[in-house]
Amino acid sequence: MAKDRKKIEFQKLGELPPMVQSLRSMAANPTGSWRTLKPVIDPANCIQCTICWKFCPDAAIDWVDDNPAINLDFCKGCGICAEECPKKCIAMVKEGK
Amino acid sequence: MKKVMMGNHAISYGATLSRVQVISAYPITPQTQVVELLSEIVADQKLKAEFIKVESEHSAMAACIGASSAGARAFTATSAQGLALMHELLHWAAGARLPIVMADVNRAMAPPWTIWTDQNDSLSQRDTGWMQFYCQSNQEVLDSVIMAYKVAEKVLMPAMIVLDAFSLSHTYETVDIPDQALVDRYLPPFDFKYKLDVNDPHTYGGLTTPDWYMEFRIKMHEAMDQALVEIKKEAVEFEKVFGRRYDPVEPYMTEDADIVLVTSGTAASTARFAVDQMRRKGKRVGNLRVRTLRPFPFADIREHLKNAKKIAIIDRNISYGYHGIFAQEIKSALYGHSKAPVFNFIAGLGGRDIFPETIMNIVADVKKMKKPEQDLYWVEVKR
Amino acid sequence: MKPTLPLDELMSPGHLACQGCGAGIAMRTSLKALGHDTMFTFPACCWTVIDGPFPYSCLELPLLHMAFEATAATASGIKAAMRALGKDKTTICGWAGDGGTFDIGIQALSGAAERNDDIFYFCYDNEAYMNTGIQRSGATPYGAWTTTTPVKHFKKEVKKSIDDIVAAHKVPYQATASVAYPEDLYKKLVKAKEIRGFKFIHILAPCPPGWKARPEDTVKLARLAVQTGIFPVYEVEAGKYAQTMKTPSRKPVLEYLKLQGRFKHLKEEDVAEIQKIVDLRYAELEKRFQG
Repeated sequence: MAKDRKKIEFQKLGELPPMVQSLRSMAANPTGSWRTLKPVIDPANCIQCTICWKFCPDAAIDWVDDNPAINLDFCKGCGICAEECPKKCIAMVKEGK
Repeated sequence: MKKVMMGNHAISYGATLSRVQVISAYPITPQTQVVELLSEIVADQKLKAEFIKVESEHSAMAACIGASSAGARAFTATSAQGLALMHELLHWAAGARLPIVMADVNRAMAPPWTIWTDQNDSLSQRDTGWMQFYCQSNQEVLDSVIMAYKVAEKVLMPAMIVLDAFSLSHTYETVDIPDQALVDRYLPPFDFKYKLDVNDPHTYGGLTTPDWYMEFRIKMHEAMDQALVEIKKEAVEFEKVFGRRYDPVEPYMTEDADIVLVTSGTAASTARFAVDQMRRKGKRVGNLRVRTLRPFPFADIREHLKNAKKIAIIDRNISYGYHGIFAQEIKSALYGHSKAPVFNFIAGLGGRDIFPETIMNIVADVKKMKKPEQDLYWVEVKR
Repeated sequence: MKPTLPLDELMSPGHLACQGCGAGIAMRTSLKALGHDTMFTFPACCWTVIDGPFPYSCLELPLLHMAFEATAATASGIKAAMRALGKDKTTICGWAGDGGTFDIGIQALSGAAERNDDIFYFCYDNEAYMNTGIQRSGATPYGAWTTTTPVKHFKKEVKKSIDDIVAAHKVPYQATASVAYPEDLYKKLVKAKEIRGFKFIHILAPCPPGWKARPEDTVKLARLAVQTGIFPVYEVEAGKYAQTMKTPSRKPVLEYLKLQGRFKHLKEEDVAEIQKIVDLRYAELEKRFQG
């Protein structure tokens, strides 16, 4: 199954498989809109400990070039990363500000 | 090779010849010999299969669903309470479009405890999406298992082979065991396009909203319509290879019959015997055996009953507060197509014997009446 | 620092878990250990929904959704098929919630454990029927509020000891784990993958809505459950117990309870009762840890 972000738009019966079968990844479902608080990492204080990455229930923190990168398309804003950060370098900031 | 065997062993041989790959079953009287023989066959490595000896019928069907989803030909057998325990998963197997084949030895439902035959167990599963084949001989039982896999794997719907407790399951008859090579030619290996596959991973059976649920139900219904086409096609193909033919319905002297009996299971072979007797006395009686209840052969039933002046349906089952279940089905098929009065007889529940005399008495009763005076008639009961 | 777990993700983002879902962490961590040659079956549980609606799925592994009580038997069936098809190496997993494991699925679980079928059975335990709206299950602990154990009549029965029930089947491997210790879970799974036979993995997965806790406290709660001795983390290999997350000085249970709205009605004596239950259970386990 491709990590395709496109939604599938079936038009009619004939396009369906015989039984309910997944054809795309949920990566087609950006859950970022659920968020009311947004995690913001202060890179100056980050020690690249990977704790935020490891505990993300949504796989919404990527580990890129030895650094955490929050994927705001998907981050639901639970705040586990900020809570668990040993350096307290992730701030939860109100969305829409 | 011909062999004298009980109906239960005919099932085991049918499954073995079909080269089933996963068997998952739980013992219940009167099905036990099916799994006992299969256990031996698998243990003796005469069949390369995995046999999961589960802790319940529910798990038997669950394991079959798992196995079939992973692309294996899966088999189980049960009866009565066991079938009822599977109920939820019968829907699951059909909804997941898995061509599982199961034998159900028709046993009456408890309470009171009973082990003898009637059809209320399988008929309670009528609307689960399983094909149902009601057999009248041990040969038919063996052959039907093989045929059922062929049809089921073509249309991706499960199938139930139904046989009467004791009057078939434990009755010994001569059965021709076809050559494995012939069966292999007839029934190719199961190649499931929608199997669980780590190299092409998909999720099956996930949450489906009202946007599409109904469309998947249409697909199941159409698959069952297609199954009827395939059953007829396979009746011809099977005959070509094995010399025996099984149609969805089996008429016997119906063409000129004034009274046509409609029967199923072993009551049908008894009815044929009774018809012969009555014909000898010049009575114009015929019999229509319904072999396939799902998919329901509307057109064939109409065709074979079109000349009947009276129709007598013998049901070895009852829908409490309504009629016999075959009677309901046949009446609905005839509605608007036939003016013949339909008489419904409930006979042989809980294993009470249906003798040729039972059937001849039914015919005598029908002969006396212009049209039915009651919705249904209980046969040979102590009032 | 190097990540302590593989970077590969077999679970996509965009799934439908609630904010701070412990079951999300449980799955994500487990997949890192299980790898791509793995198949799943789920019964009715939160993960039925989390996975996503037709035609989507957040898993990049084959998955069969199944009926509530059928997890273990279904996994056994998949395994049998894979064996019959000569693909015996693939890891087959049942993945069920606590309701599907402690309650409705316990018969199939017991059957598969007794047969020692070569499958993983995962129970992600959020201690109630969360997907249906927080009703008590056999996994709900003493004292907890749920919608069927309202505050006035909070749950008076202790949590069913599913691990002991499984242990009575003498399975080759079983473990408890907490989403607060992903490396521990990872290590256990990597080890268990090589063990033939039935493997039972019981993961405590806090549920913010069901526990009436803050979503950011999920990991903290999962950690406190271990540190207080409420949910000891250990493994049992061929009958031998080993505590994998040691808790030499256990924290009082109150520290764990007070972060959760489901316990906020408890009086001092209720908390004392819970402390007693936990102490007793811990002492019992400690004996097994010491052999």
